[in-house]
Amino acid sequence: MSGRINSAATETEVLIFKKENRLKEIWRRLKKDKLALAGLFLVCFFIIMAIFAELIVPYAAAVTINPHNRLARPTNEFIFGTDGFGRDLFARCLHGARVSLSIGFITAIATAIAGSIIGAIVGYVGGKLDDIVMRALDIFSAIPSILFAMAVVAAMGPGIFNICVAITVTSIPGFVRIVRSAVLGIAEQEYIEACRAGGTSTARILFRHVLPNAVGTLIVNTTANVSQMILTAAILSFLGLGINPPQPEWGSLVSEGREFLRTAPHLTLFPGLMICLASFAISVFGDGLRDALDPRLRT
Amino acid sequence: MSQPAVPLIQTKGLKKYFKVRGGLLHAVDDVNITIPERKTLGVVGESGCGKTTLGRAIIRLLEPTSGEVLFKGENVLKYNRGKMRDARKKMQIIFQDPYSSINPRMSVSEIIAEFMIVNKTCENRKAALQRTVKLMDTVGLARRYANVYPHELDGGRRQRIGIARALSLSPEFIVCDEPVSALDVSIQAQILNLLMDLQDELGLTYMFITHDLSVVKHISDEIVVMYLGHVVEQASSNELFENPFHPYTKALLSAIPEPDIEMRNMPITVIKGEVTSPINPGSGCRFAARCDYVMDICKRETPVFSEHKPDHYVSCWKLHSNMKG
Repeated sequence: MSGRINSAATETEVLIFKKENRLKEIWRRLKKDKLALAGLFLVCFFIIMAIFAELIVPYAAAVTINPHNRLARPTNEFIFGTDGFGRDLFARCLHGARVSLSIGFITAIATAIAGSIIGAIVGYVGGKLDDIVMRALDIFSAIPSILFAMAVVAAMGPGIFNICVAITVTSIPGFVRIVRSAVLGIAEQEYIEACRAGGTSTARILFRHVLPNAVGTLIVNTTANVSQMILTAAILSFLGLGINPPQPEWGSLVSEGREFLRTAPHLTLFPGLMICLASFAISVFGDGLRDALDPRLRT
Repeated sequence: MSQPAVPLIQTKGLKKYFKVRGGLLHAVDDVNITIPERKTLGVVGESGCGKTTLGRAIIRLLEPTSGEVLFKGENVLKYNRGKMRDARKKMQIIFQDPYSSINPRMSVSEIIAEFMIVNKTCENRKAALQRTVKLMDTVGLARRYANVYPHELDGGRRQRIGIARALSLSPEFIVCDEPVSALDVSIQAQILNLLMDLQDELGLTYMFITHDLSVVKHISDEIVVMYLGHVVEQASSNELFENPFHPYTKALLSAIPEPDIEMRNMPITVIKGEVTSPINPGSGCRFAARCDYVMDICKRETPVFSEHKPDHYVSCWKLHSNMKG
């Protein structure tokens, strides 16, 4: 065994960092999870429908009032039926998807990014910073989030962007708390100490060693957040602080249908189904992605 | 050991106290050790005696409360960030638990190459890769494991990854923090032999922390015995095993299992009682409460750490008075 140190590494080709292949690897593992694949397919389907909504049904159909055809049952012409003003419910769901999905994804991702950065720094650095930030967030979460979102929207005025800001800001504290607790556990591991012994900078430790080990928590919470946020946006619209009518949005479609629940249940059923399916697809896909990202579960 | 050369590592009055509820925990208290180049210093003691803390304080993973750590005669504790970064390359650590000491989300080659990338010790990626391969050969890891994730490997191979990572920056001094105590006995021997081979080949200096006395005898040139943050005895490996002076050392040595039928009926000195609290310890010998030979002075004053035989240091009042009387 002596002289090992001198046995020069001429055959470098034996060993290659598989960085480039990592995405392929994740995809290969994701493909094995049929449920996750179905989720991904459904999510893509929703997104494509939302993007090409205008081509499928023009926006005018979603907002044109037609008093002669109120509360029609689903027919060939109006496959989801019509609402109390005689508007095509399918068109409204389709165009509502644009608003709802954008709000859901944008806010969930913004929350995840801001929340992980704050949570990771606070959890890793600890000490006084941790105390100050966490107490500040405690104060923050003492205000009911919907009230806070309402206040933000009231101050800034309605509109998609302002709603996104309001929802993101209110959901950051919860996310920070989750990330922080995950990071606290990871920061104690010896491999983090090894990083410090090797002179790794704090930023690199956080983003290359700590957060990748918390990625499961991040993904599961982010996907759960998407549907949560669609619903929060719906509540805001219901209170008249969200999307301005007549522009459709899933949440407000559900609440509009509420008045006709006895006579025309399809008004609630279809947009409700949209929300259910979208959140289901996203969370199933999220679970699959989490497993695919974890090398320990590799098969 | 009267050599004029500057020792590679020297601590002077090194202290590390932790603030805990109820006072200060004296984990490492006034420790003075010297490790000459290319030698191995074994540090033994029971759990909680501060040996791990000592190892981390020396390479400044924990900031010592006071005292000095001299690396080639320079006080590392006075180094600023940049200088410390350079010094870290020369002082590495091998951890006890091969399961928690390597990042489960990185492949073997990424783990080994990480420090080289962080410190930019190789001019490019390819050079880092080549060195990674070389290191894997050095520590006896088959090259086919390069792209494997750690969870697929057993404890011994994982520990080899940890060793390769520690070697990646070409250190001169390595703190081995119980590197074999989490491994199977058969693998322990492999890893110990590897560490000793590496010492010969690369001219490494080790501080070998363990509670396993048979291991420490095998690998160390010099041994210090710690008890509650204090060094109670120091001697060369052979001398300590043949001629232990301190009552604690004697008890420790008698507890080593001997695979010999003749030894079956030999009485074992069992230390009575439990370790006293390291929180706000008063003055006096820290072993006094459990010592069979305790005298009045032991409870009042801390014994002097003094040379009883050439190169054999003990801190014990009983021996001290014997010497005088």
